[in-house]
Amino acid sequence: MRHLLSISDLNKRDAVLILDTAVELARASDGPMKKLPTLRGRTIVNLFAEDSTRTRISFEAAAKRLSADVINFSAKGSSASKGESLKDTALTLQAMGADAVIIRHGASGAAKRLADSQWMSGSVINAGDGTHEHPSQALLDAFTIRKHLGKGKSDLDGISVAIVGDVLHSRVARSNVLLLSLLGAQVTLVAPPTLLPVGVESWDAKISYDFDSVIPQVDVVMMLRVQAERMSELYFPNAREYSRYFGLNRDRLKLMRQESIVMHPGPMNRGLEITAEVADSARSVIVEQVANGVSVRMAILYLLLAGDSLGAGGAL
Amino acid sequence: MSSVLSAQEISRALIRISHEIIEGNSGASEITLLGIPTRGAHLAHRLAQIISGITGSQVAVGTLDTTLHRDDLRSKPPRALMPTIIPSQGIQGRHVVLVDDVLYSGRTIRAALDALGGIGRPKTVQLAVLVDRGHRELPIRADYVGKNLPTSKSQIVSVHLSEVDGSDEVLIEEGPA
Amino acid sequence: MKRYLLSGGSLPDGTKTDLLIDDGKIENISPHIADVKAEVIDISQSIILPGLVDLHTHLREPGKEDAETVLSGSRAAAKGGFTAISAMANTSPVADTAGVVEQVFRLGQEAGYCDVFPIGAVTQGLLGKTLAEIGAMADSLAQVRVFSDDGNCVDDPVVMRHALEYVKKFNGIIAQHAQEPRLTLGSQMNEGIISSRLGLKGWPAIAEEAIIARDVLLADHVNSRLHICHVTTAGGVEIIRWAKTRGIQVSAEVTPHHLLLTDDLATSYDPIFKVNPPLRTQTDVMALREGLADGTIDIVATDHAPHPTESKECEWQEAAFGMLGLESALSIVVQTMVESKLLNWSEVADRLSIKPAQIAGYSTQGQEIAVGALANLTVINPSKSWRVDKDLLASRSRNTPYHGYEFPGVVTHTFFKGIATVANTEIVARDSV
Repeated sequence: MRHLLSISDLNKRDAVLILDTAVELARASDGPMKKLPTLRGRTIVNLFAEDSTRTRISFEAAAKRLSADVINFSAKGSSASKGESLKDTALTLQAMGADAVIIRHGASGAAKRLADSQWMSGSVINAGDGTHEHPSQALLDAFTIRKHLGKGKSDLDGISVAIVGDVLHSRVARSNVLLLSLLGAQVTLVAPPTLLPVGVESWDAKISYDFDSVIPQVDVVMMLRVQAERMSELYFPNAREYSRYFGLNRDRLKLMRQESIVMHPGPMNRGLEITAEVADSARSVIVEQVANGVSVRMAILYLLLAGDSLGAGGAL
Repeated sequence: MSSVLSAQEISRALIRISHEIIEGNSGASEITLLGIPTRGAHLAHRLAQIISGITGSQVAVGTLDTTLHRDDLRSKPPRALMPTIIPSQGIQGRHVVLVDDVLYSGRTIRAALDALGGIGRPKTVQLAVLVDRGHRELPIRADYVGKNLPTSKSQIVSVHLSEVDGSDEVLIEEGPA
Repeated sequence: MKRYLLSGGSLPDGTKTDLLIDDGKIENISPHIADVKAEVIDISQSIILPGLVDLHTHLREPGKEDAETVLSGSRAAAKGGFTAISAMANTSPVADTAGVVEQVFRLGQEAGYCDVFPIGAVTQGLLGKTLAEIGAMADSLAQVRVFSDDGNCVDDPVVMRHALEYVKKFNGIIAQHAQEPRLTLGSQMNEGIISSRLGLKGWPAIAEEAIIARDVLLADHVNSRLHICHVTTAGGVEIIRWAKTRGIQVSAEVTPHHLLLTDDLATSYDPIFKVNPPLRTQTDVMALREGLADGTIDIVATDHAPHPTESKECEWQEAAFGMLGLESALSIVVQTMVESKLLNWSEVADRLSIKPAQIAGYSTQGQEIAVGALANLTVINPSKSWRVDKDLLASRSRNTPYHGYEFPGVVTHTFFKGIATVANTEIVARDSV
């Protein structure tokens, strides 16, 4: 496998391999010299057509720790500002000798279009395409859950997760539902009816409109970001009503199980979907998610790129 | 396929190496044994047991995976990583004894030295191997050797250990034509 | 004018016969015609159909000639067996005045490969606010009778009502592109299980069904004729069926791609499958086929929508909506309707020639194959098949979703007013008429 475009491209063995490799890489990076020579001589391009400091920096750190050369290409293409087309950008990257392109783009399917096209020959890693998927985020989320609640198992069998918020527009939700259920976890989606897509009944997840009744039943509460723009798009009356029913606040924190944890892919809207008190509480692993992100992304880069650059490549 | 070391011979070799390590370092208190997975790791743990039997105190022992530092990564599919577990005594300023089953081209040991460099600065680095089969491609040598085994490059040396393969034995056979 | 003797073919009803064409007309129909002066064409395995008539074609001229022109579109039409096409009004400038429709009409005549009947806009600029000069267009050289804002929906019910009323004076018909715009803002593909997984904004079926329901009731209330463009939903078929049982004067069309393709093709994110209205589910496809078979859907219309390569060689969201259709239409009908025994050849002639001409009032087209009729004829060999190659199409554009597909049924000859525009599957170049 040359690319990582969607969680649905992985089987359970691949997913566990990524997590296990991340464990070892986290250990290796804990030493005094964080660098490993493994991807020396490789050129990795961050093609970010959408603003995202945190994901870009995370991938950049991962690539650099493996001694790869990193080039940042901030291409504001597509709808708003008609920049260079995706095709022309890809042809440029090919000419630059990119071994891998990490692409974040506002259009769903952009990573797959890049991978399926004949425009460039490197590996394509989806760092978030529109409202479709964000595979590395789901992998670092699973890594985090396994670390806290896995009890030494290789998968997430027996763990229950609630994903709460704007599922309709969330690529993090889509990737997480696929990965969590692949690893054996039970997923419940909690959202106002307007923010659940038609067709969600076909997903491998339960659905609930009642946050309070779900909280005591789960080991993980994963909050999704609610974008301010959604308010004006008439999905719910106002921020107050949204927070009242779907915000994670102190009262709801009290309903959580003993060992359970709070997660958020970031960036947070403190006060809207999650209060500052909860975000900073002992149950929250939000900051740790960021650190885990680097190890997981190192694992992805290692497994896709460290091998034979001419052949089928990849351990996956 | 013929046997070049029996279980008994392996056991004697490990006992002899253990004495040599203690003698070469004037005691075992500053030694950290690091086995290279998979079989080197098991051998390191055996040596640690034998040494602590002789000295009466625990020996620092762990594992060191060399995969990330290999120089042949680009010609093969990426391998799964094995655990690197450094004991609590660490390696800083200590005598690190790397342990592996077979010493051949020397490239694995070169990678191990690189990996050590990323962790700290040992006082010395020494090498113990069960079998040295010659044909070095780098200037690497072992300090403690179980058996020197002259081989031709076409031959395959297989080390079996009971922890992994069910029995202890070292075998040699002709490779594919 | 050449004399042609089509020898050994069959009429749509199955009668084996020879057919003699001369002076633009059908001169004789009988078995074993002997005629030394005529060029004999052996069509022994083939069916003779009345020339196909398309009520929904985008020719892009004026304004987007890089995608298609009236000339290239006419050639593509002839290749597909069409002797008449209807040029939709969403050109640039919009065909909402006599001037533009006459220009398109003249270009069609100059090209000479088929009749090009311009369709006039319903509203000025296709903006859906005020009526276009329907009278002027009707009285122009182009004699427009079909009016459509296709591309856009006439969504204001008051405007639609007045359009349905006003067009009666000119014996015209309003062809509605049924799409409630507020329910489909930014929509990319059918709303359903696939769109939920792909993260592409959905285009719900009800946005089409709601407009169809409203407009059949409006048409009934003001006693006017209504035509529904490209029906794509099972619900839409049901509503039209109900309307017809009530005697409402509604006609409807289905495109070839909606008889064949489904929304799971979007999984590749290849925008060659991006079209408006979108590809739907297998349930919808089956309902459309049944509707076409029982006559609830009256005709097949291609919605031929050429686009330049850069409009499809990009992310889905950026890509233009639309697929080519003229050259593959008849083959798709053969594969989905004839081979499955849902339609016989007489019914094919009805759905693709006779009925379209009747709805639009094209008196020189869609005639029964009879002695004395104009020789607008299509010859198809159903036992041969062909492979679609996007680089070998007659259209100026390449956006066909069928590249590499193997289709049954080869159009070997097309006759437009007695002149062979296609012979032995190749286009015959016309000198300027």
